[in-house]
Amino acid sequence: MLGEFDFDVIWRSLPYLFKQGMTFTLTITFTAMGAGIVLGTLLAMMRLSSFKPLAMIAGGYVNLIRSLPLVLVIFWFYFLVPWIGQWITGAERPVLVGPYLSSFITFTLFEAAFYCEIMRAGIQSIPRGQVAAGYALGLNYWQTMGTIVLPQAFRNMLPVLLTQTIILFQDTSLVYVLSISDFLGAAAKIAQRDSRLVEMYLFAALVYFVLSYTASHYVKRLQARLAIVR
Amino acid sequence: MNYNWNWAIFFEMSPEGTGTYLDTFFWGLGWTISTSMLAWSMALALGTVVGVLRTTPYPWVVRLGDAYVELFRNVPLIVQMFLWYFVLPELVPKAAGDWLKQLPNASFYNAFIALGFYTSARVAEQVRAGIQSLPRGQRMAGTAIGLTLPQTYGYVLLPMAFRIIVPPLTSEFMNTVKNSAVGLTIGLLELTGRARAMQEFSFQVFEAFTAATIAYVMITITIVLTMRWLERRVAIPGFIAAGNATR
Repeated sequence: MLGEFDFDVIWRSLPYLFKQGMTFTLTITFTAMGAGIVLGTLLAMMRLSSFKPLAMIAGGYVNLIRSLPLVLVIFWFYFLVPWIGQWITGAERPVLVGPYLSSFITFTLFEAAFYCEIMRAGIQSIPRGQVAAGYALGLNYWQTMGTIVLPQAFRNMLPVLLTQTIILFQDTSLVYVLSISDFLGAAAKIAQRDSRLVEMYLFAALVYFVLSYTASHYVKRLQARLAIVR
Repeated sequence: MNYNWNWAIFFEMSPEGTGTYLDTFFWGLGWTISTSMLAWSMALALGTVVGVLRTTPYPWVVRLGDAYVELFRNVPLIVQMFLWYFVLPELVPKAAGDWLKQLPNASFYNAFIALGFYTSARVAEQVRAGIQSLPRGQRMAGTAIGLTLPQTYGYVLLPMAFRIIVPPLTSEFMNTVKNSAVGLTIGLLELTGRARAMQEFSFQVFEAFTAATIAYVMITITIVLTMRWLERRVAIPGFIAAGNATR
Protein backbone atom coordinates (compact mmCIF):
# COMPACT_ATOMS: atom_id res chain seq x y z
CA MET A 1 0.00 0.00 0.00
CA LEU A 2 1.90 3.02 1.24
CA GLY A 3 5.16 1.17 0.58
CA GLU A 4 4.37 1.34 -3.13
CA PHE A 5 3.64 5.03 -2.91
CA ASP A 6 5.60 6.67 -5.68
CA PHE A 7 6.71 10.12 -4.56
CA ASP A 8 8.85 10.44 -7.63
CA VAL A 9 5.90 10.84 -10.00
CA ILE A 10 4.77 13.88 -7.99
CA TRP A 11 8.29 15.31 -7.91
CA ARG A 12 8.72 14.83 -11.67
CA SER A 13 5.41 16.45 -12.54
CA LEU A 14 5.68 19.42 -10.16
CA PRO A 15 6.75 21.92 -12.85
CA TYR A 16 3.86 20.89 -15.10
CA LEU A 17 1.34 20.82 -12.25
CA PHE A 18 2.19 24.27 -10.96
CA LYS A 19 3.54 26.20 -13.94
CA GLN A 20 0.68 25.19 -16.17
CA GLY A 21 -2.06 23.79 -13.95
CA MET A 22 -1.98 26.04 -10.93
CA THR A 23 -1.26 29.11 -13.05
CA PHE A 24 -4.46 28.50 -14.98
CA THR A 25 -6.44 27.78 -11.83
CA LEU A 26 -5.27 30.99 -10.17
CA THR A 27 -5.72 33.07 -13.33
CA ILE A 28 -9.32 31.98 -13.76
CA THR A 29 -9.98 32.40 -10.04
CA PHE A 30 -8.75 35.98 -9.91
CA THR A 31 -10.23 36.96 -13.27
CA ALA A 32 -13.63 35.63 -12.29
CA MET A 33 -13.31 37.29 -8.88
CA GLY A 34 -12.47 40.72 -10.31
CA ALA A 35 -14.93 40.69 -13.18
CA GLY A 36 -17.52 38.83 -11.10
CA ILE A 37 -17.47 41.38 -8.28
CA VAL A 38 -17.80 44.30 -10.73
CA LEU A 39 -20.63 42.59 -12.61
CA GLY A 40 -22.20 41.36 -9.37
CA THR A 41 -22.20 44.86 -7.93
CA LEU A 42 -23.91 46.18 -11.05
CA LEU A 43 -26.45 43.35 -10.83
CA ALA A 44 -27.05 44.16 -7.17
CA MET A 45 -27.65 47.81 -8.04
CA MET A 46 -30.08 46.68 -10.72
CA ARG A 47 -31.87 44.37 -8.28
CA LEU A 48 -32.29 47.25 -5.84
CA SER A 49 -33.32 49.68 -8.55
CA SER A 50 -36.71 51.33 -8.26
CA PHE A 51 -37.15 50.82 -12.02
CA LYS A 52 -39.04 47.52 -11.88
CA PRO A 53 -38.10 45.91 -15.23
CA LEU A 54 -34.40 46.34 -14.41
CA ALA A 55 -34.87 44.76 -10.98
CA MET A 56 -36.82 41.89 -12.53
CA ILE A 57 -34.22 41.12 -15.18
CA ALA A 58 -31.41 41.07 -12.64
CA GLY A 59 -33.47 39.07 -10.15
CA GLY A 60 -34.49 36.54 -12.79
CA TYR A 61 -30.89 36.07 -13.94
CA VAL A 62 -29.54 35.66 -10.42
CA ASN A 63 -32.24 33.22 -9.32
CA LEU A 64 -31.93 31.15 -12.48
CA ILE A 65 -28.15 30.84 -12.27
CA ARG A 66 -28.31 30.07 -8.57
CA SER A 67 -30.69 27.17 -9.09
CA LEU A 68 -28.50 25.44 -11.69
CA PRO A 69 -25.51 23.16 -11.08
CA LEU A 70 -22.21 24.73 -12.10
CA VAL A 71 -21.43 21.74 -14.31
CA LEU A 72 -24.59 22.35 -16.32
CA VAL A 73 -23.81 26.07 -16.61
CA ILE A 74 -20.30 25.23 -17.84
CA PHE A 75 -21.81 23.09 -20.58
CA TRP A 76 -24.45 25.71 -21.39
CA PHE A 77 -21.90 28.44 -21.99
CA TYR A 78 -19.47 26.15 -23.76
CA PHE A 79 -22.09 25.55 -26.44
CA LEU A 80 -23.94 28.86 -26.24
CA VAL A 81 -21.04 31.32 -26.41
CA PRO A 82 -20.13 30.48 -30.05
CA TRP A 83 -23.73 31.23 -31.08
CA ILE A 84 -23.80 34.47 -29.13
CA GLY A 85 -20.48 35.39 -30.75
CA GLN A 86 -22.02 34.78 -34.14
CA TRP A 87 -25.04 36.88 -33.24
CA ILE A 88 -22.88 39.79 -32.06
CA THR A 89 -20.36 39.78 -34.89
CA GLY A 90 -22.85 38.85 -37.57
CA ALA A 91 -20.61 36.05 -38.79
CA GLU A 92 -21.99 33.27 -40.96
CA ARG A 93 -21.07 30.43 -38.62
CA PRO A 94 -20.88 30.07 -34.86
CA VAL A 95 -17.62 31.67 -33.72
CA LEU A 96 -14.92 29.28 -32.51
CA VAL A 97 -14.33 30.10 -28.88
CA GLY A 98 -12.66 27.08 -27.33
CA PRO A 99 -12.86 25.76 -23.81
CA TYR A 100 -10.39 28.24 -22.27
CA LEU A 101 -12.10 31.49 -23.17
CA SER A 102 -15.53 29.97 -22.61
CA SER A 103 -14.54 28.85 -19.10
CA PHE A 104 -13.45 32.41 -18.24
CA ILE A 105 -16.78 33.77 -19.46
CA THR A 106 -18.70 31.03 -17.63
CA PHE A 107 -17.06 31.56 -14.27
CA THR A 108 -17.36 35.34 -14.47
CA LEU A 109 -21.06 35.22 -15.30
CA PHE A 110 -21.77 32.37 -12.85
CA GLU A 111 -19.96 33.92 -9.90
CA ALA A 112 -21.47 37.33 -10.64
CA ALA A 113 -24.82 35.93 -9.50
CA PHE A 114 -23.33 34.90 -6.13
CA TYR A 115 -21.33 38.12 -5.67
CA CYS A 116 -24.55 39.99 -6.52
CA GLU A 117 -26.36 38.50 -3.54
CA ILE A 118 -23.44 39.37 -1.25
CA MET A 119 -23.24 42.95 -2.52
CA ARG A 120 -27.00 43.32 -2.26
CA ALA A 121 -26.78 42.43 1.42
CA GLY A 122 -23.84 44.84 1.71
CA ILE A 123 -25.69 47.73 0.11
CA GLN A 124 -28.75 47.04 2.25
CA SER A 125 -26.59 47.07 5.37
CA ILE A 126 -25.94 50.80 4.85
CA PRO A 127 -28.58 52.93 6.60
CA ARG A 128 -30.99 54.57 4.17
CA GLY A 129 -30.33 57.93 5.76
CA GLN A 130 -26.87 57.98 4.21
CA VAL A 131 -28.35 57.74 0.73
CA ALA A 132 -30.82 60.47 1.55
CA ALA A 133 -27.99 62.59 2.93
CA GLY A 134 -26.04 62.07 -0.29
CA TYR A 135 -28.96 63.26 -2.39
CA ALA A 136 -29.54 66.18 -0.03
CA LEU A 137 -25.96 67.28 -0.64
CA GLY A 138 -26.75 67.39 -4.34
CA LEU A 139 -24.89 64.23 -5.35
CA ASN A 140 -26.46 62.17 -8.13
CA TYR A 141 -27.10 58.41 -8.00
CA TRP A 142 -23.65 57.32 -9.24
CA GLN A 143 -21.86 59.76 -6.95
CA THR A 144 -23.90 58.65 -3.94
CA MET A 145 -23.27 55.00 -4.73
CA GLY A 146 -19.63 55.41 -5.66
CA THR A 147 -18.49 57.66 -2.84
CA ILE A 148 -20.81 56.77 0.05
CA VAL A 149 -22.61 53.45 -0.20
CA LEU A 150 -20.34 51.08 -2.14
CA PRO A 151 -17.07 51.76 -0.26
CA GLN A 152 -18.80 50.90 3.02
CA ALA A 153 -20.66 47.97 1.50
CA PHE A 154 -17.39 46.50 0.21
CA ARG A 155 -15.77 46.95 3.58
CA ASN A 156 -18.63 45.26 5.42
CA MET A 157 -18.80 42.41 2.97
CA LEU A 158 -15.06 41.87 2.43
CA PRO A 159 -14.85 38.64 4.47
CA VAL A 160 -17.91 37.19 2.73
CA LEU A 161 -16.59 38.19 -0.69
CA LEU A 162 -13.29 36.50 0.08
CA THR A 163 -15.00 33.36 1.40
CA GLN A 164 -16.97 33.21 -1.84
CA THR A 165 -13.66 33.51 -3.70
CA ILE A 166 -12.30 30.46 -1.83
CA ILE A 167 -15.41 28.56 -2.95
CA LEU A 168 -14.77 29.84 -6.47
CA PHE A 169 -11.17 28.62 -6.26
CA GLN A 170 -12.41 25.13 -5.41
CA ASP A 171 -15.14 25.28 -8.04
CA THR A 172 -12.68 26.03 -10.84
CA SER A 173 -11.64 22.37 -10.60
CA LEU A 174 -14.90 21.59 -12.42
CA VAL A 175 -13.40 22.83 -15.70
CA TYR A 176 -12.18 19.22 -15.71
CA VAL A 177 -15.39 18.45 -17.64
CA LEU A 178 -14.06 20.55 -20.56
CA SER A 179 -10.71 18.66 -20.41
CA ILE A 180 -8.86 21.85 -19.50
CA SER A 181 -5.46 21.48 -17.83
CA ASP A 182 -6.16 23.39 -14.66
CA PHE A 183 -4.46 22.06 -11.53
CA LEU A 184 -6.81 19.08 -11.22
CA GLY A 185 -6.87 18.55 -14.98
CA ALA A 186 -3.07 18.46 -15.08
CA ALA A 187 -2.96 16.05 -12.13
CA ALA A 188 -5.56 13.82 -13.79
CA LYS A 189 -3.60 13.75 -17.04
CA ILE A 190 -0.40 12.63 -15.31
CA ALA A 191 -2.41 10.18 -13.21
CA GLN A 192 -3.84 8.51 -16.28
CA ARG A 193 -0.63 8.63 -18.31
CA ASP A 194 1.51 6.99 -15.60
CA SER A 195 -1.36 5.07 -13.95
CA ARG A 196 -0.55 6.77 -10.68
CA LEU A 197 -4.10 7.71 -9.64
CA VAL A 198 -3.50 7.29 -5.91
CA GLU A 199 -0.45 9.54 -5.73
CA MET A 200 -1.74 12.27 -8.01
CA TYR A 201 -5.25 12.58 -6.59
CA LEU A 202 -4.04 12.50 -3.00
CA PHE A 203 -1.47 15.15 -3.83
CA ALA A 204 -4.10 17.29 -5.58
CA ALA A 205 -6.38 17.00 -2.55
CA LEU A 206 -3.51 18.00 -0.27
CA VAL A 207 -2.65 21.09 -2.34
CA TYR A 208 -6.27 22.25 -2.52
CA PHE A 209 -6.63 21.65 1.20
CA VAL A 210 -3.52 23.60 2.18
CA LEU A 211 -4.38 26.57 -0.04
CA SER A 212 -8.07 26.75 0.95
CA TYR A 213 -7.33 26.21 4.62
CA THR A 214 -4.66 28.90 4.70
CA ALA A 215 -6.89 31.33 2.83
CA SER A 216 -9.91 30.73 5.05
CA HIS A 217 -7.73 31.07 8.13
CA TYR A 218 -6.58 34.45 6.86
CA VAL A 219 -10.18 35.49 6.13
CA LYS A 220 -11.17 34.57 9.69
CA ARG A 221 -8.44 36.80 11.08
CA LEU A 222 -9.46 39.63 8.79
CA GLN A 223 -13.04 39.24 9.93
CA ALA A 224 -12.00 39.51 13.58
CA ARG A 225 -9.97 42.62 12.83
CA LEU A 226 -12.76 44.33 10.92
CA ALA A 227 -15.21 43.49 13.70
CA ILE A 228 -13.10 45.32 16.28
CA VAL A 229 -12.60 48.45 14.21
CA ARG A 230 -16.32 49.03 13.78
CA MET B 1 -29.31 32.39 -35.32
CA ASN B 2 -29.65 29.50 -37.71
CA TYR B 3 -29.79 26.73 -35.12
CA ASN B 4 -32.16 23.94 -36.07
CA TRP B 5 -34.58 23.53 -33.20
CA ASN B 6 -36.08 20.10 -33.02
CA TRP B 7 -38.11 19.48 -29.91
CA ALA B 8 -39.44 16.22 -31.32
CA ILE B 9 -36.00 14.80 -30.63
CA PHE B 10 -37.20 13.81 -27.16
CA PHE B 11 -39.52 11.21 -28.68
CA GLU B 12 -36.82 9.61 -30.78
CA MET B 13 -35.07 6.47 -29.61
CA SER B 14 -31.74 7.06 -27.90
CA PRO B 15 -28.82 5.07 -29.40
CA GLU B 16 -28.72 2.87 -26.30
CA GLY B 17 -31.89 1.35 -27.69
CA THR B 18 -33.64 1.10 -24.34
CA GLY B 19 -35.98 4.05 -24.65
CA THR B 20 -36.57 7.49 -26.05
CA TYR B 21 -34.41 10.46 -25.10
CA LEU B 22 -37.25 11.55 -22.84
CA ASP B 23 -37.04 8.21 -21.01
CA THR B 24 -33.31 8.66 -20.50
CA PHE B 25 -34.03 12.08 -19.05
CA PHE B 26 -36.40 10.67 -16.48
CA TRP B 27 -33.85 8.01 -15.49
CA GLY B 28 -31.35 10.81 -15.08
CA LEU B 29 -33.81 12.70 -12.93
CA GLY B 30 -34.27 9.54 -10.86
CA TRP B 31 -30.53 9.22 -10.25
CA THR B 32 -30.26 12.92 -9.40
CA ILE B 33 -33.08 12.67 -6.88
CA SER B 34 -31.95 9.41 -5.29
CA THR B 35 -28.31 10.52 -5.07
CA SER B 36 -29.19 13.84 -3.50
CA MET B 37 -31.82 12.44 -1.13
CA LEU B 38 -29.46 9.76 0.21
CA ALA B 39 -26.59 12.23 0.45
CA TRP B 40 -28.84 14.73 2.20
CA SER B 41 -30.09 12.21 4.79
CA MET B 42 -26.51 11.19 5.44
CA ALA B 43 -25.37 14.81 5.69
CA LEU B 44 -28.17 15.71 8.11
CA ALA B 45 -27.40 12.78 10.41
CA LEU B 46 -23.60 13.13 10.35
CA GLY B 47 -23.70 16.92 10.30
CA THR B 48 -25.92 17.05 13.38
CA VAL B 49 -23.61 14.73 15.31
CA VAL B 50 -20.48 16.66 14.34
CA GLY B 51 -22.17 20.02 14.88
CA VAL B 52 -23.22 18.95 18.39
CA LEU B 53 -19.73 17.64 19.15
CA ARG B 54 -18.30 21.03 18.26
CA THR B 55 -20.40 22.71 20.96
CA THR B 56 -19.69 20.25 23.79
CA PRO B 57 -17.61 21.37 26.78
CA TYR B 58 -14.78 18.95 25.92
CA PRO B 59 -11.94 20.74 24.09
CA TRP B 60 -10.49 17.71 22.34
CA VAL B 61 -13.93 16.65 21.05
CA VAL B 62 -14.45 20.17 19.72
CA ARG B 63 -11.06 20.05 18.01
CA LEU B 64 -11.89 16.70 16.45
CA GLY B 65 -15.17 18.10 15.10
CA ASP B 66 -13.40 21.21 13.80
CA ALA B 67 -10.83 19.04 12.01
CA TYR B 68 -13.63 17.01 10.41
CA VAL B 69 -15.29 20.14 9.07
CA GLU B 70 -12.04 21.67 7.79
CA LEU B 71 -11.08 18.42 6.08
CA PHE B 72 -14.29 18.06 4.10
CA ARG B 73 -14.77 21.76 3.43
CA ASN B 74 -11.37 22.60 2.01
CA VAL B 75 -11.09 19.97 -0.71
CA PRO B 76 -13.16 20.46 -3.90
CA LEU B 77 -16.07 18.04 -4.22
CA ILE B 78 -14.82 16.65 -7.53
CA VAL B 79 -11.47 15.77 -5.92
CA GLN B 80 -13.30 14.09 -3.04
CA MET B 81 -15.33 12.03 -5.51
CA PHE B 82 -12.12 10.97 -7.27
CA LEU B 83 -10.65 9.96 -3.92
CA TRP B 84 -13.64 7.75 -3.07
CA TYR B 85 -13.96 6.32 -6.54
CA PHE B 86 -10.37 5.90 -7.77
CA VAL B 87 -8.15 6.03 -4.69
CA LEU B 88 -10.02 4.23 -1.92
CA PRO B 89 -10.16 0.82 -3.69
CA GLU B 90 -6.36 0.96 -4.04
CA LEU B 91 -5.73 1.77 -0.39
CA VAL B 92 -7.82 -1.00 1.20
CA PRO B 93 -6.65 -4.66 1.17
CA LYS B 94 -6.68 -6.12 -2.31
CA ALA B 95 -9.72 -8.38 -1.92
CA ALA B 96 -11.84 -5.51 -0.60
CA GLY B 97 -10.53 -3.23 -3.33
CA ASP B 98 -11.49 -5.69 -6.05
CA TRP B 99 -14.93 -6.07 -4.51
CA LEU B 100 -15.35 -2.27 -4.47
CA LYS B 101 -14.32 -1.99 -8.11
CA GLN B 102 -16.76 -4.67 -9.27
CA LEU B 103 -19.70 -3.34 -7.31
CA PRO B 104 -22.65 -2.67 -9.65
CA ASN B 105 -23.61 1.03 -9.63
CA ALA B 106 -20.28 1.86 -7.97
CA SER B 107 -20.41 5.43 -9.25
CA PHE B 108 -23.78 5.91 -7.57
CA TYR B 109 -22.56 4.69 -4.15
CA ASN B 110 -19.37 6.71 -4.42
CA ALA B 111 -21.19 9.83 -5.54
CA PHE B 112 -23.70 9.82 -2.71
CA ILE B 113 -21.14 8.93 -0.05
CA ALA B 114 -18.75 11.64 -1.24
CA LEU B 115 -21.57 14.15 -1.48
CA GLY B 116 -22.90 13.08 1.92
CA PHE B 117 -19.58 13.65 3.69
CA TYR B 118 -18.97 16.88 1.82
CA THR B 119 -22.40 18.27 2.71
CA SER B 120 -22.23 16.97 6.30
CA ALA B 121 -19.36 19.39 7.00
CA ARG B 122 -21.53 22.27 5.85
CA VAL B 123 -24.52 21.06 7.86
CA ALA B 124 -22.26 20.68 10.90
CA GLU B 125 -21.23 24.32 10.51
CA GLN B 126 -24.88 25.43 10.43
CA VAL B 127 -25.85 23.24 13.40
CA ARG B 128 -22.95 24.64 15.43
CA ALA B 129 -23.93 28.19 14.52
CA GLY B 130 -27.56 27.45 15.41
CA ILE B 131 -26.69 26.04 18.83
CA GLN B 132 -24.28 28.87 19.58
CA SER B 133 -26.87 31.47 18.64
CA LEU B 134 -29.03 30.31 21.57
CA PRO B 135 -28.67 32.18 24.87
CA ARG B 136 -26.17 30.46 27.18
CA GLY B 137 -28.85 30.33 29.86
CA GLN B 138 -30.77 27.64 27.98
CA ARG B 139 -28.00 25.11 28.37
CA MET B 140 -27.53 26.09 32.01
CA ALA B 141 -31.24 25.88 32.70
CA GLY B 142 -31.33 22.43 31.11
CA THR B 143 -28.58 21.05 33.31
CA ALA B 144 -29.90 22.95 36.33
CA ILE B 145 -33.23 21.16 36.24
CA GLY B 146 -31.36 17.86 36.29
CA LEU B 147 -31.19 16.90 32.62
CA THR B 148 -28.04 15.13 31.51
CA LEU B 149 -26.01 16.74 28.74
CA PRO B 150 -27.49 14.48 26.02
CA GLN B 151 -30.98 15.24 27.33
CA THR B 152 -30.25 18.97 27.31
CA TYR B 153 -29.29 18.71 23.67
CA GLY B 154 -32.22 16.49 22.76
CA TYR B 155 -34.99 18.36 24.56
CA VAL B 156 -33.75 21.94 24.79
CA LEU B 157 -30.96 22.97 22.45
CA LEU B 158 -31.49 21.03 19.22
CA PRO B 159 -35.25 21.63 18.87
CA MET B 160 -34.55 25.37 19.13
CA ALA B 161 -31.43 25.37 16.98
CA PHE B 162 -33.03 23.42 14.13
CA ARG B 163 -35.91 25.84 13.90
CA ILE B 164 -33.46 28.71 13.60
CA ILE B 165 -31.37 27.13 10.86
CA VAL B 166 -34.16 26.05 8.51
CA PRO B 167 -33.35 28.82 5.96
CA PRO B 168 -29.60 28.04 5.64
CA LEU B 169 -30.42 24.31 5.59
CA THR B 170 -32.78 25.00 2.69
CA SER B 171 -29.92 26.37 0.63
CA GLU B 172 -27.68 23.48 1.66
CA PHE B 173 -30.40 21.09 0.51
CA MET B 174 -30.52 22.88 -2.85
CA ASN B 175 -26.73 22.78 -3.04
CA THR B 176 -26.84 19.03 -2.49
CA VAL B 177 -29.10 18.55 -5.50
CA LYS B 178 -26.95 20.84 -7.63
CA ASN B 179 -23.71 19.24 -6.46
CA SER B 180 -24.99 15.78 -7.40
CA ALA B 181 -24.23 16.85 -10.98
CA VAL B 182 -20.52 16.52 -10.14
CA GLY B 183 -21.23 12.77 -10.06
CA LEU B 184 -21.09 12.73 -13.86
CA THR B 185 -17.29 13.02 -13.60
CA ILE B 186 -17.17 9.52 -12.11
CA GLY B 187 -19.70 8.15 -14.55
CA LEU B 188 -23.01 8.68 -12.77
CA LEU B 189 -25.65 9.23 -15.46
CA GLU B 190 -27.69 11.82 -13.59
CA LEU B 191 -29.63 14.67 -15.14
CA THR B 192 -26.70 16.76 -16.39
CA GLY B 193 -24.89 13.64 -17.56
CA ARG B 194 -27.98 12.62 -19.52
CA ALA B 195 -28.25 16.06 -21.12
CA ARG B 196 -24.58 15.85 -22.06
CA ALA B 197 -25.03 12.36 -23.52
CA MET B 198 -28.06 13.47 -25.52
CA GLN B 199 -26.08 16.42 -26.88
CA GLU B 200 -23.28 14.07 -27.96
CA PHE B 201 -25.58 11.59 -29.68
CA SER B 202 -28.12 13.89 -31.27
CA PHE B 203 -26.33 17.28 -31.57
CA GLN B 204 -29.50 18.92 -30.25
CA VAL B 205 -27.52 20.90 -27.68
CA PHE B 206 -29.98 23.50 -26.58
CA GLU B 207 -33.04 21.24 -26.31
CA ALA B 208 -31.07 18.90 -24.06
CA PHE B 209 -29.76 21.63 -21.77
CA THR B 210 -33.08 23.46 -21.70
CA ALA B 211 -34.82 20.30 -20.51
CA ALA B 212 -32.21 19.81 -17.77
CA THR B 213 -32.48 23.46 -16.76
CA ILE B 214 -36.26 23.23 -16.43
CA ALA B 215 -35.92 20.08 -14.32
CA TYR B 216 -33.44 21.73 -11.94
CA VAL B 217 -35.59 24.84 -11.60
CA MET B 218 -38.60 22.64 -10.78
CA ILE B 219 -36.60 20.78 -8.12
CA THR B 220 -35.42 24.09 -6.63
CA ILE B 221 -38.96 25.45 -6.47
CA THR B 222 -40.21 22.23 -4.86
CA ILE B 223 -37.52 22.37 -2.19
CA VAL B 224 -38.09 26.05 -1.43
CA LEU B 225 -41.85 25.56 -1.09
CA THR B 226 -41.50 22.41 1.02
CA MET B 227 -38.99 23.98 3.38
CA ARG B 228 -41.10 27.13 3.69
CA TRP B 229 -44.10 24.98 4.58
CA LEU B 230 -41.97 23.05 7.07
CA GLU B 231 -40.68 26.26 8.63
CA ARG B 232 -44.22 27.52 9.21
CA ARG B 233 -45.40 24.10 10.33
CA VAL B 234 -42.83 23.71 13.11
CA ALA B 235 -42.77 27.35 14.17
CA ILE B 236 -43.62 27.90 17.83
CA PRO B 237 -46.19 30.72 18.02
CA GLY B 238 -44.73 33.83 19.56
CA PHE B 239 -41.23 32.40 19.70
CA ILE B 240 -39.06 32.64 16.64
CA ALA B 241 -40.50 34.80 13.93
CA ALA B 242 -40.94 32.36 11.08
CA GLY B 243 -41.83 33.54 7.65
CA ASN B 244 -43.00 37.04 8.39
CA ALA B 245 -40.55 39.04 10.46
CA THR B 246 -37.55 37.59 8.69
CA ARG B 247 -38.37 39.21 5.41
